[in-house]
Amino acid sequence: MELIFKKLAQFSASLVFFILAATALVLYLSARPAIEEFGLSFLFESRWGVEETRLQPVLSADQAFDEVPVIEDSEDVLLDDDFIDDEDDFVGDDDDESSGDTRIVYGALVPIVGTLFSTVIAMFFSIPIAMGIAVFLSEIAPKMVAKPVGVAIELLASIPSIIYGMWGLFYFGPFIAEIFGGNTVSLLVAGLVLGIMVIPFMAALSRDAISTVPDMLKESAYAMGATKLEVIKDVVFPYAKSGIIGSIILSFGRALGETMAVAFVIGGVYQFVGKVTDPTNSIPVVLANSFAESSGLSLSVLFYLALILFAMSFIVIAVAKFFFLRRK
Amino acid sequence: MRLILNRLFLIFSSAAALVGLFFLAWILFTLCSKGLAGLSLSVFTNDLIDGGLRNVIVGQLMMSGVATFMGIPVGILAGIYLQEYGGNSKTTEFMRDLSDVMMSAPSIVIGTFVYAIVVVPTGHTSGWAGVLALFILMVPIIVRTTDDMLKLVPTELREAGIAIGASKYHVTMNIVVRYAKAGILTGILLAFARVIGETAPLLYTSGSSEFWSTDLGDTFPSLTVSIYNLATMPDDEMVQLGWTGAFLLTAMVLVINLLGRYASNKKRR
Repeated sequence: MELIFKKLAQFSASLVFFILAATALVLYLSARPAIEEFGLSFLFESRWGVEETRLQPVLSADQAFDEVPVIEDSEDVLLDDDFIDDEDDFVGDDDDESSGDTRIVYGALVPIVGTLFSTVIAMFFSIPIAMGIAVFLSEIAPKMVAKPVGVAIELLASIPSIIYGMWGLFYFGPFIAEIFGGNTVSLLVAGLVLGIMVIPFMAALSRDAISTVPDMLKESAYAMGATKLEVIKDVVFPYAKSGIIGSIILSFGRALGETMAVAFVIGGVYQFVGKVTDPTNSIPVVLANSFAESSGLSLSVLFYLALILFAMSFIVIAVAKFFFLRRK
Repeated sequence: MRLILNRLFLIFSSAAALVGLFFLAWILFTLCSKGLAGLSLSVFTNDLIDGGLRNVIVGQLMMSGVATFMGIPVGILAGIYLQEYGGNSKTTEFMRDLSDVMMSAPSIVIGTFVYAIVVVPTGHTSGWAGVLALFILMVPIIVRTTDDMLKLVPTELREAGIAIGASKYHVTMNIVVRYAKAGILTGILLAFARVIGETAPLLYTSGSSEFWSTDLGDTFPSLTVSIYNLATMPDDEMVQLGWTGAFLLTAMVLVINLLGRYASNKKRR
């Protein structure tokens, strides 16, 4: 009995590890046709589902270059350079195989850039507000206010993300379009909806981190005549720093992999944004929208995307866990 | 100058809090006003095909419920292993971290994984695939809370049990787990609340159906997926039904959360 129980418990614990490993493995295996077909240049390819003629390989590479939308951002120009090199490489590869004359090209650059930009917008928007809430709740508000508001924030963190997406589509999108012009679905709206979604999550985690600061430390600072700002800036933040940074990174990871809040409001269009008010696409949204209709290579491409997303969020979360939120 | 800066800072952070709360209040307000407008008895008595939500609500509860029943033993056992048997070794610590990483993995990726291992081989979407996806999502949450709750159990209790000659199994099940019961229950309720609102992993694992079904082997009705479909339809009536569904979903999630909170508060007193 004793032994069975122990083995069962051990088995359950390894199951978690097993699932994680299986996820990575299955995604990789399913993505392999696409990985073999496109290689790493997939990451820097901006076209999606475009038929490409490969009768004159050199020329087609040039054409591909022409098709890349010009963006002023220096970072993106750099990416484009990479992309040309890689394109040359894989043209070489394919000559050996001498497969068919045309093929359909898929590239992940648009959704990757869309995912990163929307997440970054979300972070810029949510960090000050969430920190404001956390500081307000733990240091400024009287207990009478702090308790119910704190509970409300935690409850709000549990609202399903699809609700945020729906609200974004019907209310927030039109509201933003009225202020900034442009479309009711856009990168900006997606970023802001994401930001609003992670605010309660981030605020609750940061408040927990701030509340670990011993009162003794704060009282000593007050006794020296420090103002509230000085106490928060010089005592509370340094003490709770790793917890706060951890909460920000966890929120970043959550925003990165969020599907439903974004699916409603990003537009789902394969194009780079010229303005922030243009619609674009993000990896989870591509997965959500085109999984059911795909098969063969196009399905494999989606698994490749899922693998990229998995790796991205895995890295972000692992960094947060291993460096900032070590549990004692 | 210091005092002015201080005043400015206090105003700023209060204002930030107000802005954040304003958006959240706005969401809740639209949810209530739009959701309540379409709420009527027929929503609960008709299936989706007849303009109600009966089948999708039952479907969602069934999938989440089955996933929870599967997740409870696995999650609790894994938590027990980490806390009671694992000790402080590197491997245990590593497993704990992995479980945490798993907890924050994007839910859509879990969906693609289940699609690859269940939907592709069987050739069609099914309730079991949805259950599996939700199960994978909730196990790490239960592991984490069980682990945390068992950590709070005083070591003296364990020692007392072992001192009177009880086996490790008896000590664990009858003393440690019993002591931490309320906390574990809260964790389970919170995990249930989390998976019941999930859409992304169900999109192409369970799919959604307009008809009444209790057969998990087939495409299964899901409330969240239906909300997504309804909300993107051009027909106003459908969108209205979507809002009603969204309202009901949020109400369910919040009620379960409050129950979980109540359970843990009662324990603390």
